[in-house]
Order: sequence, then structure tokens, then C-alpha cells
Amino acid sequence: MTVTTNRHASQREIVPATQSRARVSAIGARAFLLEAPGDFDLVAQRRIWALSQTVKGWPDLAEDIPGMTNLLVIFKETPEDPDAVVVRLLEAWENAQSIDLKGKIIEIPVHYGGEHATDLPALCDLSGLSDREVVRIHHQATYRVFAVGSAPGFGYLHGLDPRIYMPRKTMPSLKMAKGCVTIGGMQTGVAMLTGPNGWNSIGFATLEMFDPNSPTPAMMAPGDTVRFLPARIEL
Amino acid sequence: MIEILESGPFNTVQDLGRPGYRDIGVTASGAMDPLAVRIGNILVGNEENAAVIEVQTFPFRLRFEQRAVFTVTGADGNPDLDGSELFPWCAYAAEAGQVLELKQPPRLARAYIALGGGLDIPVVMGSRSTSLRGGFGGNAGRPLAKGDRIALGQDAEITMLPAAGLAVVEPAAALCDVFPASVDGVLPIRALPAGEHELFAGDGEAFWRQTWRISSRSDRTGYRLSGEPITPTASVEMRSHGVVPGVIQVPPGGEPIVQMSDANTAGGYPKIAGVIECDLWRLGQARIGARLQFVRSTHAEARTVERAVARYVDDIRQTSRMVKRALKAMA
Repeated sequence: MTVTTNRHASQREIVPATQSRARVSAIGARAFLLEAPGDFDLVAQRRIWALSQTVKGWPDLAEDIPGMTNLLVIFKETPEDPDAVVVRLLEAWENAQSIDLKGKIIEIPVHYGGEHATDLPALCDLSGLSDREVVRIHHQATYRVFAVGSAPGFGYLHGLDPRIYMPRKTMPSLKMAKGCVTIGGMQTGVAMLTGPNGWNSIGFATLEMFDPNSPTPAMMAPGDTVRFLPARIEL
Repeated sequence: MIEILESGPFNTVQDLGRPGYRDIGVTASGAMDPLAVRIGNILVGNEENAAVIEVQTFPFRLRFEQRAVFTVTGADGNPDLDGSELFPWCAYAAEAGQVLELKQPPRLARAYIALGGGLDIPVVMGSRSTSLRGGFGGNAGRPLAKGDRIALGQDAEITMLPAAGLAVVEPAAALCDVFPASVDGVLPIRALPAGEHELFAGDGEAFWRQTWRISSRSDRTGYRLSGEPITPTASVEMRSHGVVPGVIQVPPGGEPIVQMSDANTAGGYPKIAGVIECDLWRLGQARIGARLQFVRSTHAEARTVERAVARYVDDIRQTSRMVKRALKAMA
């Protein structure tokens, strides 16, 4: 089920997100995904953070998961009137004020290149840049944690230079190591678990970023600023 | 205490899961058949969310080091205690030294052993479930292994059990009105179309029409389905978004993946549909090689099923309380 802000009448059809319309779709009976319209940028993400704060006040809400310019909302029970939920979500989106989360600054030392940079050559091929340039462009940027998810403590980082964009792999690496510094589309991040991974590895970081026994298990939180420091470059 | 005498590689401690941390990437985990856990715990006098043992690789054997009440739910096989057959879905008392054995159940995938007092295991982030991906929770973040010893919690009601045990009518039978049986060996699983359903055009209809087989590359994280591949009309790079158990994603190969209890918390593959929450336990009991067909459902139908399940569980809760009260009065 999918509706947009101004098309409540035709609720069973997909309308792609455009510059003006948010889109809501269902996952199962209790979860609804709202996707922000428009560009993949900080402006949209700030409104998603605001929407997240709004829905946290809803008594029937079980959980909400901010994603990359989208928000998954999970209700305690299957709603009696799903269409009303969609309208409520879209209204909350329309009313969401932009908020900027005051984050901390996290510096992550990275060993660029070397045995873990399995996808650096392919990235050079795609971008037409040298490995040195790819690495420089990656560590010179400043990133923002848009969302945390996928693996415990994994931060989705926004701020990748489009010159080093690289789509996710069709065939994921089966056993990518925890700590690999990766690029997936216009997103970058650090692998938190060893396992299958469709992103492209260009380096390695040893910083521990998740502790289940800590009151705040994840080091990264939405809004944080991340800088990668080239501790070693091995090309 | 109980001691594990024999276990396969993927048997773990689970409860009803660790929701609330998906926003920091922590999968909810929890039993693949939460209904069996709730009923097992009620039968032995626990909170519904007490930690139990999920057995999915058989045979499994444990020894009681103390007198304890226990039940085996979920599976359709007969467990045995010191060689004598027991009924599943029935609570019994075991004496210290007795050995409980579970053999491969004939049709279903997972059995649950609930013990009076529950498994006394530290709570990590609100749950005793094992997070295999994260390597924490449950039995030190890993599957059970031969030689593991686990303490049981305090059991206040240990004597409150009829001599012949306390049994329930299992959900598949009691709720046959709302959970339709397999037809020609094909399990119907209800789902709602999800975000990118329309992107599959004609292949979207093929998704509902065909019979899918649960491939051997399936586990608690997800079920990979084999069948006629389906592909979207355009390739899309989705922005990463939260996902929940039941979401049916279609990777580029065209064979869908259903996320299960150890579901990823975020994903980017196009989603064709989402299994309704009340049917997830049925999928959790489907074995590798089983065939299934997705049936288009509605929110209204999901609510009807949820209400029927809630009535069934309430009934068991009240009846077992009544039986135990009566036994106490007679004692």
C-alpha cells in the first residue's frame, strides 16, 4: 500500500517520491515506511530526525528506525485503519520542523589500502582516479551520521564526494572483515561485523565502536560528525 | 542447573526478543516461533518472556541436576524422558538426574524447552536472547554446546502440576480456523504488498502465483527462496531503510529473501511484500525444502488472526492458573 500527500484517493498504487511528495508503504501489517521526497541531503535528514521525535510521542508506537532520508515506524498492534495511519504519518511529515541533532565529533584512524582494500582497484576503474586520489578524496571529506543500523553500531555516513561513488555489489563479499572502511553507493561506513557485505572496501579501521554492556552501546549516533584520519596509506 | 549432553550447531537460548534497539543496528533476535515460547512458559508457570532453549538441530539431550518442571512445545515430535515417551505441549516434572531427549520432529523445524523458573541468564539490552550476529546475549553470545551448564531461576510453583502433566491443544489444531493448513504440501503464508511491488509489473503477479521452496541457504536471519526468478522493470538503488522480520526483499538474482528473527535491521533491496506478523511463527516452523505460497492479505485479516491468537493464549493462561489453584487447594 502506498499513498502520497496529495493522492489519498488512489492508495494502492506506487507513486515515486518526487520533490514534493512523501511516500508511505507497508512492511507487513504493523510497520510503515515513510520516504522523504527529493534529494539525499542533510535538509531531508533533519526533517526525518524531527519526524522521529514526533512519532516517539505516539502511544501506539512500538519502535521507530530512522534510515537514510526515511523512517520506519512499527506499531504495537496492527492498526484498525491503516489508511488513517498513513494520513497521520504524512501529516506529521508535513508538520515536521527541521532539527539539527547536536552530535559529537568522532575521529577514526584508517589504514587505507593494504589487504582489506579489496575493492579499491575496481573503484579506480569506475572513477578513473588513481588509488591515491580516491583515498585523499575519502579522508578529506567530513561526514555526518545520518542513521545507525544494519549491524550493531553501524553508522550510515553521508558526505561522500560523488567522484568516488560506487554502487553496491551484485554479488556480496562473503566474509568481509569487521573494520573494513567501505563505500556503498553515495554512502560510506565501517563494517561492524565480519560477514557478507555488498559494499566496497578501501581500507581498515581498528576502533571499537560497539559494546553491548555499555549503557550507550553504539558509539555513533545520528547527527555525529565523522572524520577519517589516514593512519597509514599502503598502495 | 541443567547440563547439555548433546546439541547440534544452531541451538540457542531465546526469549521473545530484544526489540527497541534496531535504531542502533541491533537485531531483535528472539524465538522463530514466539507462540510456542509463550505457551511453553505459561504451562510451566513462567512469565511469557522467560528464556527457553530453541532446538533446531537434533538430536538434543539435557540432564536435569535438580527437580524441575519443563515442557517441550513447538515441535510435533515426541520428546522422551529417560527413554519414556512424553507428549509435546504438555508440562511435566523431572527429577534430578533424569535425561530429556528430543529427536528430529517429523514435519516441523523447531522445538522449545521451557523450564520452570526460566533459564537464569543475564539480561543484555533488555533480553536474554542470543544475538549470534552480535556475539552477545543468551549463552555467552554463542550456541549451546555439550558440557554447558545453565542455572534455572526460582520456581515458586514447582509442585503445582497434575501427576499426568498439564497439556494444551497445540495452536495448529486450536487455531485451524485462522491458520489454513497446507494444500498439497504447500504452506500458505499471508503477506501484504510492500514498497516496490509495482516495480515488478507482471513478475509481481508471478510472485504470488508460484510455489516457492525454502532453500538450504536459510537460517534464523533469513529464508532464501528458490523458484522462477522475478525481476523489477528498472534497477533501483534504494536508500538504506529499516527492515523488520517478514520483509520479502528481492536481490538482483531475482530469488526472494524473507527476513526472519535475526533479521537485518536495515536494507536496500527492493521489497515486494511483507509477511503479516501473526504468520511469522508458521514460517519459523517451516523447514528447509518446504514449499510455500504467498497469499495476498489485508490489515483487517491480520487483526482477526491476532485477536484469535490472543483469545487462545488468554484461555491457556486462565485455565492453567485455575488448575494450579485447584491443586494448591487440594494439597
